[in-house]
Amino acid sequence: MSELFVGTIWPLFELVLLTLLIVVPLLLAVAYLTYAERKIIAAMQLRQGPMFVGPYGLLQPLADGLKLLFKETVIPTRANKGVFVAAPIVTFVLALVGWAVIPFGPGLVLADINVGVLYLFAVSSLGVYGIVMAGWASNSRYAFLGALRSSAQMVSYEIAIGLVIISVLISAGSLNLSEIVEAQARHGWYVLWHFPMFMIFLVSILAETNRHPFDLPEDEASLVTGYNVEYSSMAFALFFLGEYANMILMSAICSILFLGGWLPPLDIAPFTWIPGPVWFALKISAILFVYIWARATLPRYRYDQLMRLGWKVFLPAALLWIVVTSGAMVALDLLPK
Amino acid sequence: MQQSYLFEYLPILVFLGIALGLAVAILLASWLIAPQHPEREKLSAYECGFEPFDDARGRFDVRFYLVAILFIIFDLEVAFLFPWAVALGDIGVFGFWSMMLFLAVLTVGFAYEWKKGALEWE
Repeated sequence: MSELFVGTIWPLFELVLLTLLIVVPLLLAVAYLTYAERKIIAAMQLRQGPMFVGPYGLLQPLADGLKLLFKETVIPTRANKGVFVAAPIVTFVLALVGWAVIPFGPGLVLADINVGVLYLFAVSSLGVYGIVMAGWASNSRYAFLGALRSSAQMVSYEIAIGLVIISVLISAGSLNLSEIVEAQARHGWYVLWHFPMFMIFLVSILAETNRHPFDLPEDEASLVTGYNVEYSSMAFALFFLGEYANMILMSAICSILFLGGWLPPLDIAPFTWIPGPVWFALKISAILFVYIWARATLPRYRYDQLMRLGWKVFLPAALLWIVVTSGAMVALDLLPK
Repeated sequence: MQQSYLFEYLPILVFLGIALGLAVAILLASWLIAPQHPEREKLSAYECGFEPFDDARGRFDVRFYLVAILFIIFDLEVAFLFPWAVALGDIGVFGFWSMMLFLAVLTVGFAYEWKKGALEWE
């Protein structure tokens, strides 16, 4: 009995505890990302933003969540009920499970798998299913068009992201996320070596998460928010949480691949006093700020411009960069063995 | 060895279970707490003030299919590049030129589809 407890139940319990240790702060971060977004955009437009719920409006995300909780769950008559309910669950779950392999510091990772990058790539590819399912099951024209636009856009930028990652993999010689970060301790951050790829990645993750200036799927003016128009209450909230959790996940991937993850900017005294996870959080916040900044300042792209940028600019540029990087590293014998 | 390899993926399974449970719990909680008053107009698909004429799943632009097909080709290419990029240090010059040949063939196809206008959206 005690052997069963020590051997099986306790490790499982520990895993559940560790998972909650990631999920709960993540959901809090998502809630306060919405608050930060409203505050920052308000500041850029010389407004105050949320001010009334709690001091400086700090309880606003909780109030929003509670409001959605007490709303009626509307399932349209002509919708495919099963798929309609499954779609937000799929989106939400996929936005969360990517976090299982993210290293927060040296050794601070839930699942230290060898193919971490491949796993993240797979999870973010699957993300398109939630949106297609929502658009199809709603049986509404706006939702359908939004889902079509969204899936075409996501798969297009998926390729750009994949090719950008290859350049980093050539330099690091590993698919393990912790090893990619440690390789940057030796080589310097990859943003220095692969700066053009970093810029492509930064723009592509905006498109991949359907964020401004590429938020055509939810184009308020022509598609009344697109694929999730028929959703209400917590089903809508799951899409919303999923989108924001995906933003944070993409920022985390970006900082692991290019900004040295948990590494301090310089390996000398005042910087090394701050623990790794704090550096990691700071880098994620910086990228999230760019997300919000872009939303506050840039006009929306047209669909043809969006597709042109993905297929005719990013794809050839990333391919060329792979050839140049790998060629130079093979020629100069710099490859990690 | 085999077992420890599988064991690495156990946390992901646990994570998946918890995320799934959380999502279902959130949906159920709202469904149970909030008052439900369904009626015909509320449950009809969203339109600008009229009844939806017919099924929303009509025909749509063929270019969406085309993008999906091109995506499959290029995503496969990326999938080929992943192991090549990691192993490049071991396979050296020969491995490098093999992949360059593959990429060259693919680039010809890419140039062809570009010229054919498969990437045009007006």
